[in-house]
Amino acid sequence: MIAMHAPDGFLEAPVALATAVIALVFVALALRVSGRELGDRQVPLAGIAAAFIFAAQMFNFPVAAGTTGHLMGGALAAILLGPWVGSLVVTVVVVVQALLFADGGLTALGYNVLNMATVTAFGGWAVFRLMRRFMPRNAAGVMGATAIAALVSVVLSAAAFSVQWLFGASAEVPFDTVFGAMVGVHVLIGVGEAIISALAVGAVLAARPDLVTGASDLDATQLAGGRRVGRRTFVLGGLFVSLVFAAVVSQFAVDNPDGLEKVAIDEGFIDSGRDHALDSSIFSDYATSGVGNETLSLAVAGVSGVLITLLVGLGLISAARQGRDRIAAS
Amino acid sequence: MAGGLDGRGVGHLVIHGHSPVHRLAPETKVVSTFAFVICVALTPREQMWAFGVHAAVALSIVALAGLPARVVLARLAVIIPFLTFAALVPFVAGGEEIEVLGIGLSRDGLWGAWNVAAKASIGATASIILSATTSVPEILRALTRLRVPKVLVSIMAFMMRYLDLLVDQLGRMRTSMTARCHDPRWLWQAKPIASSAGALFVRSYERGERVHQAMLSRGFTGTMPDLEEQATPGGDWARAALPPVVALAVLLAAVML
Amino acid sequence: MSCTTIQVADLRFTYPGAHDSVLDGLSVSIGEGERVALLGPNGSGKTTFVLHLNGLLSLQSGTIRIGDLDMTDANLPEIRRRVGAVFQDADDQLFMQSVRDDVSFGPANLGVPRGDLDGVVERALDQVGAMPLIDRTPHHLSGGEKRRVAIATVLAMEPHALVLDEPTSGLDPVGRRELAELLAGLPQTQLVVTHDLPFALQTCPRSMIVSGGKVVADGPTREVLADAELLAANRLELPYGFDVSAL
Repeated sequence: MIAMHAPDGFLEAPVALATAVIALVFVALALRVSGRELGDRQVPLAGIAAAFIFAAQMFNFPVAAGTTGHLMGGALAAILLGPWVGSLVVTVVVVVQALLFADGGLTALGYNVLNMATVTAFGGWAVFRLMRRFMPRNAAGVMGATAIAALVSVVLSAAAFSVQWLFGASAEVPFDTVFGAMVGVHVLIGVGEAIISALAVGAVLAARPDLVTGASDLDATQLAGGRRVGRRTFVLGGLFVSLVFAAVVSQFAVDNPDGLEKVAIDEGFIDSGRDHALDSSIFSDYATSGVGNETLSLAVAGVSGVLITLLVGLGLISAARQGRDRIAAS
Repeated sequence: MAGGLDGRGVGHLVIHGHSPVHRLAPETKVVSTFAFVICVALTPREQMWAFGVHAAVALSIVALAGLPARVVLARLAVIIPFLTFAALVPFVAGGEEIEVLGIGLSRDGLWGAWNVAAKASIGATASIILSATTSVPEILRALTRLRVPKVLVSIMAFMMRYLDLLVDQLGRMRTSMTARCHDPRWLWQAKPIASSAGALFVRSYERGERVHQAMLSRGFTGTMPDLEEQATPGGDWARAALPPVVALAVLLAAVML
Repeated sequence: MSCTTIQVADLRFTYPGAHDSVLDGLSVSIGEGERVALLGPNGSGKTTFVLHLNGLLSLQSGTIRIGDLDMTDANLPEIRRRVGAVFQDADDQLFMQSVRDDVSFGPANLGVPRGDLDGVVERALDQVGAMPLIDRTPHHLSGGEKRRVAIATVLAMEPHALVLDEPTSGLDPVGRRELAELLAGLPQTQLVVTHDLPFALQTCPRSMIVSGGKVVADGPTREVLADAELLAANRLELPYGFDVSAL
């Protein structure tokens, strides 16, 4: 859970500043768009929804053998409230946690907001909309799409942190180690996030389907159709998706020697990478030094960076289109 | 568990007192906290003495505010996961190695671990001082006076107002689950928890709608009224500037040396 | 402070997407300064009716008249000022960070200058005997304190009528008695919506029973409550051992 609530000094100042600027732009936009969507209900609804996300992050759920994890809630918020309101709400939670609870550093707010609110809400929303196309148009389909979106959102968040690490590492841990560890751990956490988010959306669909923004295109009869998803199907489906995901991710991890082994390798090779042309680039020396296969690492970083940007962008476009449809409909 | 709420609620964050730190205008404290933490975060890690001075400044404010060490330490527990991470860095980081108790550790990794540990604990202490000496309404008022958009502050205010209520509700749901012998140990037993999260969302949203109605019935038209406009006492700015000014001096010295 | 009449004629309302109407020709006439109880079981449309009196649900059919003002969009702000609605859950009504801010909210929206707000707030809190609570956080008040502050939040707008939705819910016996005494001392026209029959008897000389979205009985509270058959037919019941004729 390292990407979550990173403290002061975790990434270097330029990255902290750059992410803070991007986060501020997103917050300003989210305030405007959610104000348009919610009208004079914005303050009470967004405020209480933020309290809900804060409380939801206190939901400890069992992972295995009695160990627990907790919800991040970015994708859940986006699916329930729409990506703009959702990201705004999670942002408020992250800011208050830093300011009042010392949970996450004040100078780390830029990347914490970006990773925990913006990337999870918009990335999660994009994946959700994409998955909805392949899922049946009923409650089970919405829940399935939620599960995958929630899983991917957590992994995206971890990947986003790793990419930022490449630019602003504060310690000499190579990018590939950070990426492997972060993404690996977060695939596991993501499975919990997926199951809890999906079941929570299912519970809301059963009680007040009109409150699930991500299902606003479905009417009551569609939602009721094929409602019951067997728990076994659900868990097996979730496991399958996460295994596929883990397999893809581990492709990278396997290529990179793990921590202790790497230290040994580095002893011999430490100087060979130093005068590489990339060293003088914008990438942090700390994150690239001692990387076994620099080209591969940068490729992984590049692909994740592009993927994150693409999904967040898709989320933005999809949010804009939905907003337009809603205005046209009303 | 997120945010060290401990089920005791946001109202218990502030530790009442009448120290000079408590009495400062809240907006000066918010600005001072941010400025101090920024200086700490920018201090080069090699200058260990600088962090000693930063820590001394933070600790003397803790003492001046009369905050019990026990409480500050308990709230610092929030950063333990990151200290754990920092502790791993010397083992996985590359670069020149030094031998400690027979184990080869990366010199840069040790510096990295020190960097995160020092900045995280001083930064967190600063936040803890702020929230322990400033009540939530005061902090919200401070943000308004610092020209943070009113909508954003209002959303935060509503969140803080209803957080304890929701957490109480959550606690009651959990008690009723425990009362019926629900003790989940595996992820696939988590359905009741997830359903109660869903139920909590519906209840929260419906409360949001009712609160909105209650606001409308008292003449709300979309903008929160400005309830007060008080000038900040000039002396407060000067007093609150002291810690960040010291930190800035230390930072400059640390960079030059 | 003046009071007002409330005239409601043939009010009908169906929630969007629902089949059955919640209000089905409800008509009510309340005179200036009257205190009237509106009795009915859960789900009889009482809360829907309360929302109508504040223009929080738009009229589908029927008319509402507050004094000389018809319920129209143009009159809405003035009607909301004249009719103070006290909602069932006081936590919905006390949404600010302090009692002072909560009581200020209404008058500030009405444009009371900032310099005069303190006076207005203190007067309203004084009326409900909650002045010592002024700097407290609403979350930490007791049920009875919350209810009194909620009433103060509407009194600060100098309303002509008060509409209280289940005001005794969540109150202990002392809180109930104090609330009854408080309401008896207020000059406004009052409509107390409740299923707490002894409370109705204690505070309101006149009672109406709502069932199926319309008024099915209207008369002096003592007589209405003495009619056991009428009560039973409308899922209302006096508490065990309570005898109206013994009072």
